[in-house]
Amino acid sequence: MSKRILAAALLFSASLVPAYAAKTSLVVGMPIEPPGLDPTVAAPVAIREVTWVNLYEGLVRLDRTGKVQPLLAKSWEVAPDGLTYTFKLQDGVKFHDGSTFDSADVKFAFDRARDPKSTNAQKQIFAPIASIETPDPSTVVIKLKETSGNFLYYLSWGDAVIVAPETAENNKANPVGTGPFKFKSWTRGDRVELVRNPDYWQKDKTKLETVTFRFINDAQAQVAALRAGDVDAFPNLGAPELFAEFQKDARFKAVAGNTEGETVAGLNSAKKPFDDPRVRKALMHAVDRKALVDGAYSGFGRPIGSFFSPNHPAFVDLTSVVPYDPEKAKALLAEAGASNLSITIKTPQMAYASRSAELLSAMLAEVGVDLKIIPTEFPAKWIEEVFKNKDYDVTIVSHTEPLDIDIFARDTYYFNYKNDKFKAAISDAAKTTDEKARFAKYAEAQKILAEDVPALFLFQLPKLGVWNAKVKGLWENSPIPSNDVTEVTWDE
Amino acid sequence: MRGIMRLRPNTTLVVGGILTAILIATALLSLVWTPELPTRVRVAMRLKAPLENGFLGTDHFGRDVTSLLMAGAWNSLAIAWPAVLLGAAIGTAIGCAAAAWKGIADEIAMRASDVVFAFPAVLSAIMIGALVGSGPLAAVLAIAVFNVPVFARVTRGVALQIWTLDYISAARALGKHPIKITLQDVLPNIAGALIVQVTIQLALAILTEAGLSYLGLGVRPPNPSWGRMLSDSQTYLSQAPWLAIAPGVAIALSVLGLNLLGDGLRDALDPTLRGRGVPA
Repeated sequence: MSKRILAAALLFSASLVPAYAAKTSLVVGMPIEPPGLDPTVAAPVAIREVTWVNLYEGLVRLDRTGKVQPLLAKSWEVAPDGLTYTFKLQDGVKFHDGSTFDSADVKFAFDRARDPKSTNAQKQIFAPIASIETPDPSTVVIKLKETSGNFLYYLSWGDAVIVAPETAENNKANPVGTGPFKFKSWTRGDRVELVRNPDYWQKDKTKLETVTFRFINDAQAQVAALRAGDVDAFPNLGAPELFAEFQKDARFKAVAGNTEGETVAGLNSAKKPFDDPRVRKALMHAVDRKALVDGAYSGFGRPIGSFFSPNHPAFVDLTSVVPYDPEKAKALLAEAGASNLSITIKTPQMAYASRSAELLSAMLAEVGVDLKIIPTEFPAKWIEEVFKNKDYDVTIVSHTEPLDIDIFARDTYYFNYKNDKFKAAISDAAKTTDEKARFAKYAEAQKILAEDVPALFLFQLPKLGVWNAKVKGLWENSPIPSNDVTEVTWDE
Repeated sequence: MRGIMRLRPNTTLVVGGILTAILIATALLSLVWTPELPTRVRVAMRLKAPLENGFLGTDHFGRDVTSLLMAGAWNSLAIAWPAVLLGAAIGTAIGCAAAAWKGIADEIAMRASDVVFAFPAVLSAIMIGALVGSGPLAAVLAIAVFNVPVFARVTRGVALQIWTLDYISAARALGKHPIKITLQDVLPNIAGALIVQVTIQLALAILTEAGLSYLGLGVRPPNPSWGRMLSDSQTYLSQAPWLAIAPGVAIALSVLGLNLLGDGLRDALDPTLRGRGVPA
């Protein structure tokens, strides 16, 4: 009897072994679950990490190097005055519900996003738009009020994807886009499942049949899921100290890339003694960025000298402008009459922040500055005390939005930083349509910050990606918050 | 107080006493000497194995683990002691009052104890942290709060027994005020039971403090704490297991030592209690 059962079991299990063919499913792990699936109405990064170019598409997109590429717009022309953009749209594009995509959808999507009542998180994308015209179904003409150097770049963001008037309202729970994957199901607290869109306009663009996004917050559980094969890829592993193990393991590919997250210790420039640039500079001289990255992020983050992502083509490495030099730090502090400084740092609970704060405290102690750590819960308490009330000396947080250097030009932003030269550089850059000239302006802005130190520029948060070594096509850097799986294939 | 004079040593008492003495000695020593400055960061020396750098190796910031452990012992006791003493003082007062006046006062005191008992220390720490800001003060108050009903009940239990004795009846008959009776006759007779309870609660308090610091509610960085050493070390477990083992063993030995000391004291102070649990 028992033999027969054994034989049956063997037979059964044999029938389960698949023929050797390349896998067509992918399970992607993410630390945070998105609150909804419509990137055009809310800010959370997790929404984009599921939907951007997988489910929804914009007129243009960014490629893995951060360059703007055509997507739903085949091509475009910019009038010589920089105020009129004429987009030619792709033909034969259908939404997942079967309806046809045309210029009216583009007008609808952008009008919806720039409506005063819209909750779109990046309204600056649409702010320069004066009017949107649709002379025929495959042409969109957008007229601007003023020139906008980043207009095309901004249109690639998740906030500017094209949604259909019939389905836009329900996109939060039942997303309908034009992308290569369709929404299948969402088990709250666990996973979102996408399936291949058979009617996708770029035939054979994707090889995968199903893509599952699983949400696992705990770093150790992430590692366990990868090891067990429950998850094929974790594009953003939670703990750098666990990442190193995967680098040694041939079954996995472990890649440390860059995100858009600049980790900075903001200094309250409206408060004494931080209103004195010599004091700010002295504090920067006291910080050994390399040691900080080693201690706080196991050496994976890239030290930065200003507030710009290395993913962006206009990036300039300025870490040598105010290098680590404790003697100079002491001299500058003495010159500014700020020796024996006693200050506090409001520190969110995230590991990178609290570890960096502990290291900063130790480094500043070497130059005679007493930096006390005040744990400040993020987001609620931090937003209230630091971001809104600006009641702080020093604080530390990573700014993860792409191209957000302009926050130092905002008078009401929590840094309390005011520099007219910097503001002029930023507003020039925003208006300049010529790419080279615009990048030069951004370089100038980066240099002003590096020399004036409105915040201690520490390191770029790395993107620690770990995936099965047979998975090909995932991005190593993230020039935009996303998990583009459209080019993923399995070896074998 | 006569109970202490009757103290007779036993193995449990000796082992517990030695472990506890080591704990206290280490904590006191850390105030004047540690192999390294416990807060000294040396990133270049990070994650060195035991004996490779320092007796117990270094942590993820290159701090010396031995020094951290020693300073952590002081921080542990510095929270556990005041917390337990505060809880014991308030709890004993409530227990004595309940035993002295009985009736409605007793009922209110005991039902209030039940309510406080219902909140785990971590929960009250979070509540208190929200009120006074998380930090050592919140940890002390939270641990004190959960000690109050423990001492109230123990005190009430043993005090009630004393109140039934003939000489107390005599004192009452003579018109002696209940407060005077409590201070002069009851408290000296229950001191032994209270000392035992303090020892046991100290062990629990050290454990709770570690738990609170683990959750970021106790000692503030960069001050070392066993609980935070544990929580910092968990993601380094496969790379640097000693980071978790060292504070883990320290907590286990301290709690074991205090528990043994409590058991030993109970046996030594009152042979009639041998083998029976102290009411808690």
